[in-house]
Amino acid sequence: MAKKLDLSVKVGALELKNPLIAASGTFGYGSEFADFVDPASYGAIAVKGLSLNPKEGNPMPRIVETPAGMLNAIGLENVGLKRFIEEKMEYLRTLDTKVIANFFGNTVDDYALMASRLSEVDGVHALEMNISCPNVKAGGIAFGTDPKLAREVVLAARKETGLPLIVKLSPNVTDIKVLARAVEEAGADAISLINTLTGMAVNLDRRAPALANVTGGLSGPAIKPVALRMTWEALSAVKIPVIGLGGIVTGADALEFLCLGASAVQVGTANFIKPLSVLDILSEIEHYLTAKGIGSVTDFIGTFRIP
Amino acid sequence: MCSLPDERAGRETAATITLSQPLGGGYHRLRFAPDTPARTVPGQFVMVRVRDGVAPLLRRPFSIHMVERGEVELLYREVGEGTAIMTGLKVGDIIDVLQPLGRGFGEGGEVPLLVGGGIGVAPLLYLAHSYLAAGKAPKLLLGGRTERDILCHDQFSCLAIPTKYATEDGSLGDTGLVTALLEDEFKAAEKLGALSVHACGPVPMLAAVARLAEGAGVACEVSLEAHMACGLGACLGCVVKARDGGYVRVCADGPVFDSKEILWP
Repeated sequence: MAKKLDLSVKVGALELKNPLIAASGTFGYGSEFADFVDPASYGAIAVKGLSLNPKEGNPMPRIVETPAGMLNAIGLENVGLKRFIEEKMEYLRTLDTKVIANFFGNTVDDYALMASRLSEVDGVHALEMNISCPNVKAGGIAFGTDPKLAREVVLAARKETGLPLIVKLSPNVTDIKVLARAVEEAGADAISLINTLTGMAVNLDRRAPALANVTGGLSGPAIKPVALRMTWEALSAVKIPVIGLGGIVTGADALEFLCLGASAVQVGTANFIKPLSVLDILSEIEHYLTAKGIGSVTDFIGTFRIP
Repeated sequence: MCSLPDERAGRETAATITLSQPLGGGYHRLRFAPDTPARTVPGQFVMVRVRDGVAPLLRRPFSIHMVERGEVELLYREVGEGTAIMTGLKVGDIIDVLQPLGRGFGEGGEVPLLVGGGIGVAPLLYLAHSYLAAGKAPKLLLGGRTERDILCHDQFSCLAIPTKYATEDGSLGDTGLVTALLEDEFKAAEKLGALSVHACGPVPMLAAVARLAEGAGVACEVSLEAHMACGLGACLGCVVKARDGGYVRVCADGPVFDSKEILWP
């Protein structure tokens, strides 16, 4: 019998049993999906983005479907740090997978405090800083689009945590390489990209925006080519591991990012379409690697060549 | 809700279309036989992936109209691309369904008043069956713009439950709104405490129903509808304002709510 395929990967010090991470904001706190799929099928779960205090989020409508994608302007609604620790961690700790605490803030001090507090939570294996969410009118957007601010906020969080620190980058910038280098210099252990692309939809019946927030974040298959391009650029700019995401719904999609050199990938909108996506993607990866005679995901990562 | 043989309560399952029937006026009945049946309660909903691929990308939510011999029936109005594709499905076609989802209707009083506006009648047939089976004496109050918007005559009439109609143009039953029928029921009731209200329809109707029921001190449940992405409580795309602050999720906290949970517009 052939040797079992090794799906495990390392993102710096963070070891994952497989390269699939549930993207923040698309998998709740894990338990929401438990009736439909074992959340521990993922190599890691990036939980819904957390802030120090609970956040109510934006008015409705918050989502709208677009060609091969969707726009969302949820407004980072979340239960806040305290309820996350008290109500959500107990379940997450029971799962045989890694927990990545995604967080955001409105000031440098917020980020530092969140990094510090989350580092003390039993069962959190890594942190992911959202410095890029395009849905928040104050704060977030400035950090992710200005290299100086990005460096400052990552430095501040870095000082407060010994856990692997992943910085999630915004694609809404002219040159992703500049931002990638800035957060690497500030001490990020890894980069994840891309967050959603800022977009807009018009309700022609009402001649009004389709989203109450007017603009929203575009996700889904529509953004995959942009995500691949930016992953490629980030990989060329930094030495730290890069986690690729944006429009992954099939095993082939995931393999494309891994082939470029991404150490792992995140699956987001696909969870909405099909809760069992994680299992389908994993089995498609297995089939591909087996057919190609490649024994492990790590052997496959970074095998992309420009002839 | 009963538990299934294994630990997971919900299912993503392939399902074969067994009936596709246009009802006129853009309304449609669609019945399917899931490969893996699920135990459902009235008021719960399903998410249908109308076809593979990326257009349309998201599933479409539908309340469960009826469940019989393991087959699930939906009643919907064609409103866009997704429902148009659904209507084009033929008997024998396969769809991908997530079910059952959400919180359904509660036990109800001795005399549950089932109040439907237009397509809001959809979850009430299954509910009527369930209340009859539980030995209750449900009544049905249906409203719509015209007679064409009053659906499921046949399916309800074989249940032989007291039914009243109201149409805005007077083409069937009383002229006016279904809320007037509800007011009459409250006035005529010997014992308000025996009543419970279970309503589904447009938000202005539900808000009026909730006001009336609360005014009369009658327990009232409403079934809400919303655009959804996941249907599982994760995306937070289908929320409504809660009376005690913040938002509740139509998919996971509902779609059936105690009317007092909702901050009505």
